[in-house]
Amino acid sequence: MSLARTYRGARAAAGPLVYLSGVQRAALGEWVSVESPGQPPLRGQVIDAGRDVTVVQVLEETLGLAPASVRITLTGDLASAVVGRDLLGRALGGVGTPRDGLPPPIGEAIAPLWGAPINPTRRLPPRDFIETGISAIDGLNTLVRGQKLPVFSGPGLPALELAATIVEHARAPRDEPFAVVFVAIGITERETRTFLERFQHGGALERSVLYLNQAQDPTIERLLAPRAALAEAEHLAFVHGLQVLVVMADITHYCEALREVAAAREEVPGRRGYPGYMYTDLASIFERAGVIEGSPGSVTQLPILTMPDDDITHPIPDLTGYITEGQVVLSRELQRRGVFPPIDVLPSLSRLMNAGIGAAHTVPEHRKWADQLYTIYARGREARMMVAIVGESGLMPADRRALAFAEAFERTLVGQGAERRSLADTIEAGWRLLDRLPPEDLLKLTPAMLAGREQQRRAAAEDRS
Amino acid sequence: MTAGTLTRVVGALAEATGLGGVALHELVRVGDAALLGEVLRVSGDVATLQVFEETTGLRVGEPVVREQLPLAIELGPGLLGQVIDGIGRPLGRLAVLSGTFIQPGAAPPTLDRDARFAFEPARAVGDLVEAGDVLGTVADRGGFPFKLLVPPGRSGIVRHVRAGDVGLLDPVVTLDAGDPITLLQRWPVRRPRPAGARVAADRPFLTGQRIFDFLFPVAEGGTVAVPGGFGTGKTVIEQALAKFGDADVVVYVGCGERGNEMAEVLHEFARLVDPRAGRSVMDRTVLVVNTSNMPVAARESSVYVGLTVAEFFRDMGYRVAVMADSLSRWAEALREVGSRLQEMPGEEGYPTSLASRAAKLHERAGRVRCLGRPERHGSITLISAVSPPGGDFSEPVTQACLRVTSALWALDAALAHQRQFPAVDWSTSYSLDAQAMVEYLDQQVEPRWSAARARALDLLQRDAELREVASVVGPDALEDKDRLLLAAAAALREFVLGQSAFDPNDAFSPPAKTFVLAEAALALFERGAAALAAGRSFADLPIDAVRRALAGLRDAAADGLDESRKAVHEALAALSAPGVAEGGDA
Repeated sequence: MSLARTYRGARAAAGPLVYLSGVQRAALGEWVSVESPGQPPLRGQVIDAGRDVTVVQVLEETLGLAPASVRITLTGDLASAVVGRDLLGRALGGVGTPRDGLPPPIGEAIAPLWGAPINPTRRLPPRDFIETGISAIDGLNTLVRGQKLPVFSGPGLPALELAATIVEHARAPRDEPFAVVFVAIGITERETRTFLERFQHGGALERSVLYLNQAQDPTIERLLAPRAALAEAEHLAFVHGLQVLVVMADITHYCEALREVAAAREEVPGRRGYPGYMYTDLASIFERAGVIEGSPGSVTQLPILTMPDDDITHPIPDLTGYITEGQVVLSRELQRRGVFPPIDVLPSLSRLMNAGIGAAHTVPEHRKWADQLYTIYARGREARMMVAIVGESGLMPADRRALAFAEAFERTLVGQGAERRSLADTIEAGWRLLDRLPPEDLLKLTPAMLAGREQQRRAAAEDRS
Repeated sequence: MTAGTLTRVVGALAEATGLGGVALHELVRVGDAALLGEVLRVSGDVATLQVFEETTGLRVGEPVVREQLPLAIELGPGLLGQVIDGIGRPLGRLAVLSGTFIQPGAAPPTLDRDARFAFEPARAVGDLVEAGDVLGTVADRGGFPFKLLVPPGRSGIVRHVRAGDVGLLDPVVTLDAGDPITLLQRWPVRRPRPAGARVAADRPFLTGQRIFDFLFPVAEGGTVAVPGGFGTGKTVIEQALAKFGDADVVVYVGCGERGNEMAEVLHEFARLVDPRAGRSVMDRTVLVVNTSNMPVAARESSVYVGLTVAEFFRDMGYRVAVMADSLSRWAEALREVGSRLQEMPGEEGYPTSLASRAAKLHERAGRVRCLGRPERHGSITLISAVSPPGGDFSEPVTQACLRVTSALWALDAALAHQRQFPAVDWSTSYSLDAQAMVEYLDQQVEPRWSAARARALDLLQRDAELREVASVVGPDALEDKDRLLLAAAAALREFVLGQSAFDPNDAFSPPAKTFVLAEAALALFERGAAALAAGRSFADLPIDAVRRALAGLRDAAADGLDESRKAVHEALAALSAPGVAEGGDA
């Protein structure tokens, strides 16, 4: 039975919104088709269902839409997307229309875009280490399966290159079946290309689904693109048992689309004009990551956001940080000094790191190793600031050592360039930095760790001789 | 039952007509799926509802049915160890019923109707009983003595008592008037449960976390605001207190927080043993979970559900601790609903009633004389995490909480970046109860506790001033005694105030260990100063040996404490001994 109803003429239109009156049995989230004479139909969604007035949010450009002459069909269906394994290798628009010239995918199921929340009692705590090949992440801000770890970037910083490197390196850590879902949200053609070119070789594209809503594409569609992508990611992970990595760029554009709709509705604005429900809205995206009982698959999210003016207290990074399980923060200063990836490890954090490291996952005493590097690096950064005031000669010897350590840490451990580092190489690189320091600087390490390292170095020296 | 008609759905709000005589805060069933909703506003024939479940797919024209009850929760044995959502649905049994993803619509009741308990009566036929009297006990999860009370507002002569095997709905005690009393009771969550007079809080809520117990102890029945930007460790602190805090019952409210975190809590609490009672931590815990992607209206109610559960156990005479993580999400839920209602916004868009609601919520904590006999006291200690945007404490939610809480544990992003955890800023944090609590600790734990605390606060204050000087002139330009002060304060910060929630030996610090560590760090300063006065130079002092001994004591397993303690004493002794070469060939 079709519940579709068609009406002629809208009461009003403003920006992306069309106001209807006299609509029967409108449902919240219902799919709508808006047709103007002589133009292709536009898609929309009911965002306010009322007996008197019903508000439809149109996903595409409303230029030239004349309220008096439109034909509006409420389809009776809720906004949903086709999901399935056959989407792998495809490039789709923000809500699943083909962008690669091929026919629409048939799919295996229709999933609602508004995904139901995972019952917390059915979640498994994420703890499987993902080797990204990036020392600043693997060693100091470890990523685990099922985590949502955003990259906080700034305009012009290489966040997409970093994401591409991770995708390139992190695939099939234990030869388990994996997939990549990439969502372009309002980014430029050039940015999309940067990303895709990096992981095209090696046949990775066959294991990916691309959802592309680029800068020139309709703004409002940006609100649905990540949801369509996550519906597919959940299907691949929890029905087919794949390890799915979802890369979303750029969340800042998403939030701006959200603000645009809120403003069009004349809602009470919150901080910097963003709507008060932005936390809830972002959570409905970011919380769609995890590992569940009864499925070998996982959804791991790597969202990218651009901090306006590099301001980490801006509402977008701020609310994101409250929802996600840590953040990888890129630094303009490191970028200027030619460090790649320019990850500032001090404000970076992986909340799930402790569950994913240690003897069972990475190496024994990983935590203490990381803490030791952190402590001296933090001290070195403080010393760097002090040098500007008192000069290097005014520093205590330990501060001078930390200062030199910070330089080396940024150049060698963080600044690995394009090479892929195994975890073992990352750990060794860290130890090499620590080797230069006297034991009184290494109080985070246990005597057993120091003795073990000493033995290892002796053995290596003997091997060489 | 009156059936109305849905006339509007937008976000978590809906409007209906035809609900004649409906009351504010009355529950309704919305739509064909019978979603739970609550009346927020009545205007003529139009009622505005907030819907506690996902509203996507609700259609104008669907029915709305009055429940003629306010939002209430089932209380009884079987609550302990449960995970419920913001409207009391048991998430474990919900998953069995409807699968991994939460589907809106009908749900199983909070308490499992099949559970059986052995009732041991405390009162006999013919006794005159009144509200709050203990009628008897049943063994709840892990043997926990669950007390059946005469419900608020009831009294009478006991006519019948059913001892032994009973179910939740069986009449256990029958009075001469009114319905029989069952193990299962209901209480509307927005109404505080009645209790007797407040009594002075006379002992601290010991947390097992050194910085709180030593510097900012809070009273049992006190309220604490724990504000901090993201990544400063609010949730780690809340979880540590839930695991190691000294309470009979812990209610953990995960309000608008992360699903993975709740999964971690569930797995870890089930595994952990309460260091004092020797039973599983989960046996004393009720989890109220409404993650950030679950419906926003149920996020607002989750805090009240948690407090009602806490009051229920408080009334039995237990010491209850409530962890609310985080009240900012509760306030944001209010803001979201308020803005959809087109209410006139107050500061930063929050409803103007934010402060008064926050005050009412915190006033449900406290230490009270329970109603009824036997005479007993119960308490609710409320620890509220607050997530200020951008880490700025001047925002409305932090300020509203600070006006009503008795302590502030302020978290600082700079400390967190230095990996100083718990990242509590000792210069801005306070506890109004501190004076009374250190007197208790002086009497009960260690007579020099308050003196050590005063010395530590003084040392930290001088350290802060000196570090400012050092940042200008360079530490090398400081005198020896100032460098000693910096070194001793660093040890105090690192080994006493710093504590690893992830190190099994360090995660819980009993008061005795806290004191020994603190005293040793202070002795480093005082004995070192004496050595300097006697002519030794700072460079000769074996500071690193003391630091290493302190680290050893901090990380020692329980059975190695004595030995580590001896090592600390030896290292300290070497400070004053002149010319001792400390294992160095230099």
